[in-house]
Amino acid sequence: MIQSWLTGTTAPLLAFQTSSFWMPRAGSLHGPAIDSLMRVSLLTLAAAGILAQILLLAGLFLPRERRPRFSPAWRWVASIIFVACMVWMTVVAENLWSTIRLTHAAPNAVQVEVTGVQFEWYFRYPGADGTYGAIKPNLVDAAGGNPLGLDPADPHSHDDIVTSVLELPVERQAEIRLRAQDVVHGFFIPGMRVMQNATPGMPSQIHITPTRIGDYAIICSQLCGLGHYRMHAILRVVSQQDFDTWLAQHQAASKEN
Amino acid sequence: MTNPANLEPRRPRSWLRRYVFTTSHRVVGVQYLLVALAAVVTGAVLSLFMRWHLAWADSLIPGWGLIKPEDYLALLTLHGTLMIFFVTSAAPQNGLASLILPEQLRGTRPSDSIARESGEPESEVRMALPFLNALSVWFTLFALVALLSTPFLPGGAAISGWTSYPPLSSNALAGPGQSYGMDGWLIAIALFSVGSLMSAISVLATVITRRLHGMKWMQMPLTVWSWFVAACMMLPAFTVLLAACGMLFSDRHFGTSFFFPPVDVMNGVVLHHAAGSPLLWQNLFWFFGHPEVYIAVLPAMGLTTTLLATFAGHSLAPRTYRIMVAATIAIGLLGFVVWGHHMFVSGMNPYVGRTFGLVTIVIAIPSAVEVIQWLAAIFAGGLRRTTPLLFILGFVSLFITGGLTGPILAQPILDAYLHNTFFVVAHFHLIMGMAVSFALFAAIYYWFPLLTGKRMSERLGRWHFWLSLIGAYAVFFPMHFAGLAGEPRQYAQLTGTAAFLQNLLPLEQFITMAAFLLVAAQLLFFWNLAHSWIRGEKSTPNPWDAGTLEWEAPENSLPARSAQ
Repeated sequence: MIQSWLTGTTAPLLAFQTSSFWMPRAGSLHGPAIDSLMRVSLLTLAAAGILAQILLLAGLFLPRERRPRFSPAWRWVASIIFVACMVWMTVVAENLWSTIRLTHAAPNAVQVEVTGVQFEWYFRYPGADGTYGAIKPNLVDAAGGNPLGLDPADPHSHDDIVTSVLELPVERQAEIRLRAQDVVHGFFIPGMRVMQNATPGMPSQIHITPTRIGDYAIICSQLCGLGHYRMHAILRVVSQQDFDTWLAQHQAASKEN
Repeated sequence: MTNPANLEPRRPRSWLRRYVFTTSHRVVGVQYLLVALAAVVTGAVLSLFMRWHLAWADSLIPGWGLIKPEDYLALLTLHGTLMIFFVTSAAPQNGLASLILPEQLRGTRPSDSIARESGEPESEVRMALPFLNALSVWFTLFALVALLSTPFLPGGAAISGWTSYPPLSSNALAGPGQSYGMDGWLIAIALFSVGSLMSAISVLATVITRRLHGMKWMQMPLTVWSWFVAACMMLPAFTVLLAACGMLFSDRHFGTSFFFPPVDVMNGVVLHHAAGSPLLWQNLFWFFGHPEVYIAVLPAMGLTTTLLATFAGHSLAPRTYRIMVAATIAIGLLGFVVWGHHMFVSGMNPYVGRTFGLVTIVIAIPSAVEVIQWLAAIFAGGLRRTTPLLFILGFVSLFITGGLTGPILAQPILDAYLHNTFFVVAHFHLIMGMAVSFALFAAIYYWFPLLTGKRMSERLGRWHFWLSLIGAYAVFFPMHFAGLAGEPRQYAQLTGTAAFLQNLLPLEQFITMAAFLLVAAQLLFFWNLAHSWIRGEKSTPNPWDAGTLEWEAPENSLPARSAQ
């Protein structure tokens, strides 16, 4: 208890030294641009905040005769500087948003479907035919090995691969189709700087390009029930070669079934 | 000519008629504050249980045992609902408006002849619709009772957070607490909405019809402007919320499908519905939810402007006054077109996200203009360093710290990392929780002499202020770092989560300890309140040399006024 109290009280100081109190290292194409916008915005606003707090403290403690006299015009100057900062930030941020979200996925993107279910993530690859098989809700049977309710009557579903780990090749775009089976879930990969809700009845698409090989945590960011906190999975970014091998293994395994 | 009825001595009313079943605007105001007090104490205690569990998930709570994940979510839902509805909305707007608004307008009935005919004393200061106003607090009280009874229903309290997104909230299969507990939550919020609508109507009618003869709109104090604009926002906001609650209730029990997807596999059971949309709830809820933030914070902003002028010993410059009124109205209007910034990651069209992002940045401008005016007033100096002033400065400090992260969250691209993380928790607790609480404290320290004829202890007040300020920053500032690290809010515990989150445990433990300090510091306030009420130093009729009309009353203590 005492030890945790000690580490606890020094936590804010540690915050600036260890990376665990900051964004995890980015591993996606647009990660560095987002991080740099985040850093610069935080620093600009922190500077404005510190300046304002100094004015407050001076207003409270500094004797009136020792205060510098400002002309009333500084209020307008401050307002204009604030607006200028906002405009600049918005232009950069909206440009980035357009680059990432207002574009279609590349034609050669890896296709993968993510399904959120209380309290699991499932990932489905369309297999060699490139088409996802049909899904029937009444066939959903997690214990029986068909958590998504794949319809065996649909030939497209025969080569579909369903996994509990998301594996993606590095330096290649992945087009992710988001679904939810029961309630709204939040698909969040902090290391990829990507978050989007998976809403039942409303499939949506996002795309990301991993740039660094490694493991990344996938967590749920939208309250989904009592197991919300433990709804996590792993994104494994590997070389294209490793990805092909992995896919082939799973393909073979799914055929055996 | 005076109505002869008024000359006869009135029969003294019973205690019940004076303090419980009364339409006296002051008593109703105090009743609102008492409801808010019950809510804030409960909400704060619940938050300590949550903080404890988040920091030391495996330890046993005395008198409770182990907190289960669903218990944590029930605590979280109750805490959020209590604080947002029953504290930050009911106290500064409904409560303080009822308490102070009519006296700041000091208006009698528009026509003296009507007053004579109805037998109403010509000089009586009251709300325009006193019965409706009094009824509103009863709805609020029943709503609180309904909400606080949900933990004792089978299944316990709802676990879907104060935002209650369907389908999590639309079917009992979604988890414990989602059957009776969720129904109770919906009933509580519906009752609260009705109460708030009544209060808003009565505030609007009072401002429109009961201003002191000759008082023009541009002569009203800024507090009145804020209550007026907030009441204008409440009408559409709470109407929509009430409708949404009705729709969700109907989805749950009457087979409609407003918010249900066509097919849903909940807990292994296949549910078929007509094609509704879970996104519709989010739109309706946030159409209420964002204006709600301004309903809570506008009265605090108006109070700040007024009190800064009072403690500087002068009235507002006409130009500053006009700027502040314009900023208040601008916030009120823009407040209705920014709700989509709560939904950037909902899967909405990215073009829509862009629009909401832009409008949200625009709304930062009137707020920044107000802040710059306050800073100018504070820096110009000559402020009397009283306890209410300290709390107003605390409000400004927290409003700035909490507000500055707003433009970051307003950018869809940055929000797509920070959404639903502790960064957001830090943002809204600083600007809505802490800042509004500090303004409420300022209001209580400031108007206490008006209500009781006594002064609150300044020495205790200063201690209360500094400990609360340190506590508020110690609790909520480190949360920015947890959020930047990617820790989602609403996680019952960090053990059993993804590995990178477990590194944040020391930070969360620090926050928990600071939370205990922050809550403990409030005991000073309660001691001060009780002690000063009974044994406080007698106050002069206008202890702060204020220029607003509520201080002009010939006899201004609570029993004297309500006995009339």
